[in-house]
Amino acid sequence: MKHRSFFHRRLHSLLGVIPVGFFLVEHLITNHEATKGAAAYVEQVEWIWGIPFLPVLEIFFIFLPLLYHGVYGLYIAFTAENNLSNFSTFRNIMFMLQRVTGVITLIFVTTHVWETRLKVALYDYNAEQLTSLTANLLSDPLTQVWYAIGIVAAVFHFSNGMWSFLVSWGVTVGPRAQRISSYVWAVVFVLVSYVGLRALFAFSELANQLAQR
Amino acid sequence: MSEQQTMTADEKKTVRFIITRQDSPESEPYEEEFELEYRPNMTVNSSLMEIQRNPVNAKGERVSPVAWEANCLEEVCGACSMVINGTPRQACSTLVDELEQPIRVQPMNTFPVMRDMVVDRNRMFDTLKRVKAWIPIDGTYDLGPGPRMPEVERQWRYELSKCMTCGVCVQACPNVNSRSNFIGPFAVAQVDLFNSHPTGAMNKHERTDALLEDGGLQECGNSQNCVQACPKGIPLTTAIARMNREGTKHMFRKWLSR
Repeated sequence: MKHRSFFHRRLHSLLGVIPVGFFLVEHLITNHEATKGAAAYVEQVEWIWGIPFLPVLEIFFIFLPLLYHGVYGLYIAFTAENNLSNFSTFRNIMFMLQRVTGVITLIFVTTHVWETRLKVALYDYNAEQLTSLTANLLSDPLTQVWYAIGIVAAVFHFSNGMWSFLVSWGVTVGPRAQRISSYVWAVVFVLVSYVGLRALFAFSELANQLAQR
Repeated sequence: MSEQQTMTADEKKTVRFIITRQDSPESEPYEEEFELEYRPNMTVNSSLMEIQRNPVNAKGERVSPVAWEANCLEEVCGACSMVINGTPRQACSTLVDELEQPIRVQPMNTFPVMRDMVVDRNRMFDTLKRVKAWIPIDGTYDLGPGPRMPEVERQWRYELSKCMTCGVCVQACPNVNSRSNFIGPFAVAQVDLFNSHPTGAMNKHERTDALLEDGGLQECGNSQNCVQACPKGIPLTTAIARMNREGTKHMFRKWLSR
């Protein structure tokens, strides 16, 4: 088929927004509940676990799209030949960072899914056990730094990816529209990173509280 | 003797070139240094002409003259494109006065290097054939005058029509390399050029379809180097985004309209 790469590229672009991008934002907002304490977080987790057909949704609307986006994204990242030394313009730097953060995010998400999702399924934890597992995990300073890097990388990849998505689908066409889009997604990057990092630090707070108990 | 003459006689300003050379398509590239006497308003092209006249390198050895292509000498033919101090551009319009020394001259190695600065840009011409970058008007009878062109369209098309197939955008693009089959930014703008012509628009689905084949428009990664590098100031990224929009419409048309 002559149009295979067009199909793959557009699918990769679409899946990065729906559902993967949406899920990222939803996930960080949910985790932000941890700033209100363990009980509020547990309640939030139980609400999500109460959604009908959750495993089906998780597999078809999170896991498979994420896997496709990640694997095809690796292929895209490694077919680029960065030339920042000759072209050190803003967009070329973003081009490089999009690929670097993509690879970091893929590695991070793989460890994260193992630690906080597959393990939970394997040992059949309840919401309280999940909360203390996560809190314990994030009480380690090294893990905390790794998570902070992972969150910022993922949010950057999402925000800059949204900028590219709008260009690739022909929404923002002219230079002015693309420049304003850059500002908008820069603000989104800052806001969503703030939410994500606050959630992260809330968990280490929870670890202290649980330890004192 | 006037004061100015003594100055030039004492200083004897020179210009140093480090040129990446290659003797044949298969042989390994190597660097060779040349030192030329400075002359006002000299360009990289005029420097290469001087080396051609007196092919002696900085060590004083007589070598084969540096091969390069040049034609118009006024930045409209695109033949003398090469990488000068890291930037792909035309040798004829590159003033030595505006460059940092030593001046590094390399071939545009995204293309197959034939010899020294001479590269084979055939892939670009093949690409123009692939995307049908022309307007078919031949037939067995007179078709009469075509539709008129709106002024705004004419202005937009004029910008796109400046393309001289020089290859600078292809060299600047991080997504054109030996691991990818991306045809390059110029082709996208040429499809836009012929699709936005009132007569050319009658075949626009054919061009758009060819542009979206493997290695086509979708391989663009939005680094936007092309629009920075283009010597003719062609709004390549705007053309790319316009064709992206056309590609989206084309996709839905193909899926839903038949």
